[in-house]
Amino acid sequence: MNAGDTAWVLISTVLVFVMTPGLAFFYGGLVRRKNVLSILMQCFIIMCVISLQWVLYGYSLAFGPDTGWGLIGGLSWVGLSGVGGSPNGDYASTIPHLAFMMFQAMFAIITPALIIGAFAERVRFSAFLVMTVLWATLVYDPLAHWVWGSGGWMRNLGALDFAGGIVVHVSSGISALVMAILLGKRIGYEKEPFRPHNLPFTVLGGALLWFGWFGFNAGSALGANELAANAFVTTNTATAAAGLTWALIEWRLSGAPTVLGAVTGAVAGLVAVTPACGFVTPVNAIFIGVSVSVICYAAIAVVKGRLGYDDSLDAFGVHGVGGAWGTIATGLFAEKAVNAAGADGLFFGGLHQFLVQLMLVGVTVLYAGVVTFILFKVVDALLGMKVDRKSEILGLDLSQQCESAYTVVD
Amino acid sequence: MKLIVAIIQPHKLGEVKEALEAVDVNLMTVSNVLGQGRQKGHTEIYRGTREAGGLLRKVRLDIAVNEDFMERTIEAIVRGAHTGEIGDGKIFVLDLKECVRIGTGEHGSRAIG
Repeated sequence: MNAGDTAWVLISTVLVFVMTPGLAFFYGGLVRRKNVLSILMQCFIIMCVISLQWVLYGYSLAFGPDTGWGLIGGLSWVGLSGVGGSPNGDYASTIPHLAFMMFQAMFAIITPALIIGAFAERVRFSAFLVMTVLWATLVYDPLAHWVWGSGGWMRNLGALDFAGGIVVHVSSGISALVMAILLGKRIGYEKEPFRPHNLPFTVLGGALLWFGWFGFNAGSALGANELAANAFVTTNTATAAAGLTWALIEWRLSGAPTVLGAVTGAVAGLVAVTPACGFVTPVNAIFIGVSVSVICYAAIAVVKGRLGYDDSLDAFGVHGVGGAWGTIATGLFAEKAVNAAGADGLFFGGLHQFLVQLMLVGVTVLYAGVVTFILFKVVDALLGMKVDRKSEILGLDLSQQCESAYTVVD
Repeated sequence: MKLIVAIIQPHKLGEVKEALEAVDVNLMTVSNVLGQGRQKGHTEIYRGTREAGGLLRKVRLDIAVNEDFMERTIEAIVRGAHTGEIGDGKIFVLDLKECVRIGTGEHGSRAIG
């Protein structure tokens, strides 16, 4: 047991925690004023619900002893039975097992919250709540087990996913796309302008995401060591490169660098460097940051319009596309010189690792996509995923939460 | 009695108010409004998507006056709000049927000033 490592992981846990409120304001600023509370509420209630799900059985499914084929953890850690103060050597040998569990809880919380961006402004709260618990149980927990769990099949295959490119971003991003398509467009989409109602919220939220992401990525070293420092530097560097790149692309193509563009680019950079941060050098992190902004910009400004799906806040365009690219880029730029426990990517002679990363993205897209599709259909049949027309026009704040964010008269 | 409604550039409010006070017009209601004239609003860009037709911010003044105050009020507003560029705004004058001062119950011309 190491006090420094434990302190760093506990602090990182708090940093990752604040990402979900940060995300709430990032998304909350982007919706129209009649829907801002629904976004804040969805993020907040996920913090409550998944915290309980994780302690009761989610952690056991994701990280519990493997049931045999590397597909899911067993139920022996249900209710944190046997998860205590002494370290678990399979995951982190220098910190209390409970600290590792809590750090992972924050990842389990933010991942379903990312999906909110896809169905914003038209989802029924009750259906969202049921969908979230089912998704966490049947998509997130298994995927976390595959990639990070002891005995997980992707982990055994040598998957490189330092902090959650596959588990967090590809999984939530592709599920977001499936839900956006199945749920259909918002009333008036592409006919009337949908303006973000409070971009300062979005910038504040985006900055909080960047702040918290140091815990997300550098904390994933699970110790206060050189690896954490490397992840810290690559995270900041890729993010800076991506934010600047997006602003420059907009300046060139639209005539003005928007603050929404700079923040969106920074978040895309954070997403892309997530799987790579513990395996690549700071200079290669710049390549990852620049390239992810080019790719995500194309996905959002060009491809989305052509395909015509309404991913309200670009959960797929940023997290799905950025996460997939980051996972693939890890297979290009990873080098053992940075992290001996990692592998060499394609640019360092590691064709095998590159193919492994490609395959992992493909399998995750397939698994998360299909299961989300089935879950959506089930919940839709039982509760109805979309609010009725009148409630959508009135706004979700009033129709789902019975509150208004802003008063017009005192 | 007349009701003068003026739509002006927000940054000219201070000058208009000064010009009105100089001719002894001190009572007014001011509100933030959105609108567009010949310039047709403006374009905003959100994640690469252009949203045309954004309305411009304007300030609206509502001023009720007696007939003998009408001309000087209009002149003062023009003096304060004029730049000569597109978007300076408009002034509308309406007949006003009645006016009641709530505090005293006075009616008509006496209630206006």
